[in-house]
Parts: sequence; structure tokens; C-alpha cells
Amino acid sequence: MKITILTATLSVLFLSHQPVYAQIDSTLLKSSTPGDTAKRSLTMDAIYNRPFLKLGKTPVSIGGYVESNWQKVSTSGISAGNQFQFRRFSLFVASTISSRIKFLSEIEYENDPTGDPGDAAGPQFEIEYAALDIELHPLLNLRGGMIVNPIGAFNQNHDGPKWEFTDRPIAMTQMLPDTWSNTGFGIYGKHYTNHWMFGYEFYLTGGFNDSIIDNTQGKTFLPAAKSNTSRFTSSASGTPMYTGKISIRNDRIGELGLSFMSDVYNTWEIEGAPVDSKRSLHVYDVDFNTTLPKSHTAITTEWAWIFVQMPPNYTPEYSNKQFGGFIDIVQPIVRGKILGWDNASLNLAVRGEYVDWNVGKFRSTGTRMYNDLWSIMPGVSFRPSSQTVLRFNYRRQKSRDITGNTIGASIGPTAGFNFGLSTYF
Amino acid sequence: MVVLSIVLAVTTFSACSKLLPSMIDPSQGLCGPVSLSSAQTIFFSKGNDQFFANRTAATGLGPFFVATGCGSCHSSDNRGHPFTILTRFGQSDTTGNTFLNEGAPQLGTFNLPGYTPEQIPAGASSTKLIAPITAGVGFLEAVPDSEILALAAANENNPDGVRGHPNYNTLPANITPLNGAIQRSDGKYICRFGRKGAVHSLIQQVADAYNHDMGITSSFLPYNPYNYLDQTDPASAPPAAPEVTSDDFNSVVFYVTCLQTPVQRNPNDPTVQRGNLVFTQIGCGTCHQQTLTTGNSPIAALAYQTFNPFTDLLVHDMGAGLDDGYTEGNAKTSEWRTAPLWGLGLAPQVQGGYTYLLHDGRAHSIEEAIRLHGGEATASANRFNSLGQTDKNALLTFLKSL
Repeated sequence: MKITILTATLSVLFLSHQPVYAQIDSTLLKSSTPGDTAKRSLTMDAIYNRPFLKLGKTPVSIGGYVESNWQKVSTSGISAGNQFQFRRFSLFVASTISSRIKFLSEIEYENDPTGDPGDAAGPQFEIEYAALDIELHPLLNLRGGMIVNPIGAFNQNHDGPKWEFTDRPIAMTQMLPDTWSNTGFGIYGKHYTNHWMFGYEFYLTGGFNDSIIDNTQGKTFLPAAKSNTSRFTSSASGTPMYTGKISIRNDRIGELGLSFMSDVYNTWEIEGAPVDSKRSLHVYDVDFNTTLPKSHTAITTEWAWIFVQMPPNYTPEYSNKQFGGFIDIVQPIVRGKILGWDNASLNLAVRGEYVDWNVGKFRSTGTRMYNDLWSIMPGVSFRPSSQTVLRFNYRRQKSRDITGNTIGASIGPTAGFNFGLSTYF
Repeated sequence: MVVLSIVLAVTTFSACSKLLPSMIDPSQGLCGPVSLSSAQTIFFSKGNDQFFANRTAATGLGPFFVATGCGSCHSSDNRGHPFTILTRFGQSDTTGNTFLNEGAPQLGTFNLPGYTPEQIPAGASSTKLIAPITAGVGFLEAVPDSEILALAAANENNPDGVRGHPNYNTLPANITPLNGAIQRSDGKYICRFGRKGAVHSLIQQVADAYNHDMGITSSFLPYNPYNYLDQTDPASAPPAAPEVTSDDFNSVVFYVTCLQTPVQRNPNDPTVQRGNLVFTQIGCGTCHQQTLTTGNSPIAALAYQTFNPFTDLLVHDMGAGLDDGYTEGNAKTSEWRTAPLWGLGLAPQVQGGYTYLLHDGRAHSIEEAIRLHGGEATASANRFNSLGQTDKNALLTFLKSL
């Protein structure tokens, strides 16, 4: 009954909508917001492909985004009830130092209980990106500072307002460590010919540490290394991590990205004396995105494989192989003028996800290790403009622990609702 | 209209509880606690968190260990999987373990990087043990010693040769006897937990599990297990602060104590009932006692309760086939504590869809486990083998309902 009254009240309010403005119109400020640049850019451009406000005649532009939501989720019938979450507030500051020297930084407040529930959980204030770009040639740019490693597409293109789902893809945040940034240097470049674009990136940075195989998750968990903020000044292994990506895009077909990351992750030497053998990890990632021309259906997908060299005689709870990814399909159903917004859209969306944290078999029995998860998440989103999204998602998820058990307070059938907003500003 | 659609969707979907998963039926394996007060529930919840927490090197794991947390061996408070099987060594008779200076009684299956893998010393006998079910252990602890002694006495003239007896063992210095515990003239107490039934109480069991299985020190066992191959005995130095706090430790003890007993499925099914009858007729129930009664308990829900564990808490000679040459307490190497059968049908759910029964998981079906019963169980096993297919199937259906 209460819900009916609430619905009726809200319906009257919205149906009798009049353009009464209670806010300062920030568009009166000078804006350097880009138009639809998607057709002429690659995922690697996402870090700059954001709306910025320019401050008068200064060379500095600022921008940012915010994400907040309500959710109600239940696992095995146990729910924490209604939760109101303020997940992110991110501030970008960009500066064009000269025509071919640019600087961009991103400072973020993040408190995403679903993003990385391991050692890095809880509110964090951090510099996510702060790098200088120097163009020597369109095909040869130097980038240095605190960079976002180009492993996959989501790590580079993760801003909340760009997605129709409040939750970030599980494989990207609880298997891969998105958002994963490190101190280092590298090169990148792009080449355009007619309908084709090609881009590459290659960086040497700091990287992971032993926590990826020694963490409170009890499984190989690359995001555990995010809590090691000393990585910005001190590499655990003393050897560089290599990250590289090539991307190719055709305006009619879409963009394909292939990336890898390779690192020695453990502290194998202390004060010059070897204390352990070097152990490496390798990540391979493939991503693809396209928009079907007639239906405007957007498809985004990314899948990653992780291989971690384990210490001898170590528990199989920590696996040497992991695999996972997601696919998003977004279908605009109404586009144009809606409720007075000129370029609004109403979209249906669905995300499918799969993650297997323990790929392989038990040595003791020769039978399969589980510890995997499936999720399907339909949703509806409304974009009054391309930079703002209201989204309602419903998730159904199944998971098993390493033994295949599906019943528990933290595993088993999970479902929940999520309503959130995210916007650039 | 668009916003209205979203609002309608939010309110409609939110009101529809069918779109959220319902509580798991306790008979399917999520037992939860017995009836507790609010304060007890809060402490139980803390224990639940600790029980399923994964330990790291920074929080005390290792250097030698079998699993990173209690939940690794007791998924859903159930039995263990062979990947966390543990190895005990060093004791081949009732005089005690003679390899304590070489890391006995338990082998660190795994070790942290940089440490030498532990090995069983030459000449030491050993056995492998799969973790038993955790649910309901508080009820087992609340069974009075007098009831266990009565069950042993009832075996005296058993025509099948069943001669179960309690496993008497010496308590570690800092383990307090259970209320009402009966001390034997040699100072030893009746013990009831573990595959050999050599552990007296849940406090002792939790302390052993933290220390031997995870390499975590507590106020009860303040030194880490060590590997004699490349370490000196850490007990040669004063103990450091316990790696599990007393509060966390006590919450885990309270958690396991208060776990509800597993719930039988389809008890009124005619085949299940027929199987129950066959179970009794062929003598399984002599050792796998269907019903026990608790005595007094500080936890009201555990006091004076009748429950169905299918164990007599005694150790029995199971024959040469199950004699691994290792023992604990005053049990002989061929003697094993009667395994409670509750939750038996749920075993595949936590064992990857397979079945690993008996102390080391060597039996891959209930039928195979029965066939491997020897010693005092020979007569019952023979009767099982002689059953017609209908009765045999009924018995197996009954056992899977537990």
C-alpha cells in the first residue's frame, strides 16, 4: 500500500513536470566538452576523452565524475537490506603545457564495496593518474608519471558515466585489478588511414607484490596489490613490469584490443641476498567493442587470462590460472528529445559475466577446482545527456567455492537491485 | 514518461521479493545457529566471520600449514575435501608420540615461500585424515561422560564382537576438563573429537586446528609448528604474542559450539523409513547410535537435548584394512572413533560432486565405505553384503537422507 501511494505521488510530480530550474547552469561556463568523438578515437584515448571545463584563458582544464547508488542484494537469502552508497568522486585536472606537451591527473575518492572487497576495501583517496605526455611524432609519444596500465579496455575506460551498470565488471575488478595504475614510463602512438585506426602502447612500470598469493581473499587475487601504495615508489621485485597493448579499429566493424602484462611479483632478494626464486605473472587480455550501424546496438566485451607462477609446495587455494570476462549489450530504444532534453536516450542493457579464480584440477584428486561465478544483469538506463546516466540494474548470480559448494553465507545464489546515477561534471 | 518508467520499475521490482533468493533450506546444508539470545547471536556472528576468514602470513599463517582458514576444510560447516587432507605421524601405540621433536604430530602439507617443505621423519608411521563435519559438534560436546561410559558398557556382551571404548587421553596443561568430566585413576579424561577421538573439548580442537592446520599460535598453543629439517624448536625462546586474539579464538569456539545439527531430508519417505529399519536390523546402529542426549550446558539450547548424530563417541577396532599404523590417545592403530553419519548425504556438495568417505577419503561411495568396515564391524558389513537389492537400496537412500 505504501509503495502504491509513493508511486502515485511520484507519478503526479513527474507528469506535471514544469521547467523550474533550481540549479546554476554550469554550461554557462566555458566548456571544452568534446562532441561525439567515439568514431575517431580508440579506447586508449579514454583517459583524455572526457568532458573538461576550461578556466578562462588559463591552460588548465578541470573535470570529474561522481557515482552514487542504492542497492539491495541478497546472497543465499541473507541480505544487509537497503544500502546507500557513494562509490566515487573523481577530479581531473588537465594542462596543455605547450602544443605537444600535456599533463593530466585524476584524483579519486573511492569506496566501492563490490569493486575490490579484499585488502583494498574501504574508503580510499588516491591519485589514480598523473602523467606527462610529450609528442615527438604522432606515432611516438612519451608518457611518464603515474599511469594507468593499458591492460584490457576497462582499465583504461572505466569512468562511471560511460557505463549502463553501477557495478563494475567482476572479472575486471576482482580478477584483474582495475583500476590499476603504477609509476613508470613508456611510449604510445596512433595511425589513421581512411576507416582504419591503429594504436599501440608500451610501458615499463612498478607492479605487483606477494599479496596476490597471500591475502584475505584466500585466492590468487591481483587486486590485493592495490593496497600496497608503496608500489608508487618501491617495486617489490626490483624488476620492471611490462604492459603493452595494440588496438585496431575500423569505423564499420569496431575496435579490437590485444594487451599483455608481465611482471616478477615477489620480493626475491633482500639486501642483495637471494631469499626466494623469481616468480612471474602474465596477463593476456582481449577486448572488442562495436556499435551496429542500423540498430545502434552497442556491444562491449573483454576477456582475460592470468597465469601466476606459484611457490613450490603452496596451497591450491591460490591458483596459477584464472579466466574471466564480460559482455555488455546496450540497445537504445528511445533517442532524441525526452522531457525537454534534446539528446536524451533510454536504453535497455544486459551484462553477462563469468569468472573462474581457480582454473585447473586438484593434484590430490585429479578433479576440477571450482571457485567460479556467473552473473547476468539486465538493466534500463536513461541518459538525459551523454554525460549523465540514471541506471536501474537487476543482477542474478551463481557462485561456487573451490570445492564446488554452492551453499553458504558468502557464496550461493545472489540477486539484487541497484539504482544509481553517475555524471561527469 | 521515461523517469516515471524507471520509478515504476524500481518500486515494482523492489516490492517483488520473489526476485531475491530465498533462505536456503537448512536441510540442504546451511545449518545456522541453535536458538540464541541477541548477545549470543552477535558473538556467533563474530565467530562466523573468524571461522571463514582467510589468514595470511601477516596475520599468522604458517610457516607450515594445511589450509588458510577454517572454512577451507569445513565448507558450509561440512566435511573436508581431499585437497585439505592432513597427515599425522609419529605415534604407533598408546605410549604416546615419539616424534614430537621432529615436528609431530602433524605434517605441514604446505609452507610459505622460502621455507623447506616438511617431511615425515624416517621410521615414523603416519595416516591421512579428512576433516570431519563441524555442524552439531556442540551437541556432541554436551553429551555427558556417563552416557559415553554407558554406551561402552552396553557393548560388553555384544554378540557381534563390538567392543567400543572411550579414548582416554592426557589433557594438555592449559586445557580445562569439561564440566562433569570423569577423570580416570591414571589422570586421563574421556576424549571424543577427531578421527581417533583423542581430543577432549572444542576449545582443545580449535586450538589444535589453528596451530596444526594453519600455523597460528594462540594462548593455548603459543608456538608455531616447525620443521626440524631447517629450524630449531621455537619453544626454546619465550612465546610471542598469540597470532589469534583470545576474543577471536573464543568467538570461533562459540561459533562451532552453537552450530545446529544437520537436518535429515525426507524422513517420512517410505524408502527412507525402510532403510532406517534395515540400518538397525543389520547392526549398524550399535556403533552409529542414532540418538544421544545432552546433559547440562551453559547454552540453554544445547542442554538436555535429544539429537541424532549416529555415533557412540567410542573408538572401535575397524580391522586390518583400516589400520594405518598411527594412533592417538589410548586408541590402537586399528581403532577409530565412530564417525557421526549426520550430513552424510550432503558430502558430495562440498567434495566437488564426488564422495570421499572414511578417515582418509578412500571410499568413493557409501557402499564402498560399508564394505571397507572390518574388525568389530565385520558382522554388520557381511549382513549388508547379504541384503537383497531392495533393502540395500533402501539403506543407501536412508543414509543419503542424513
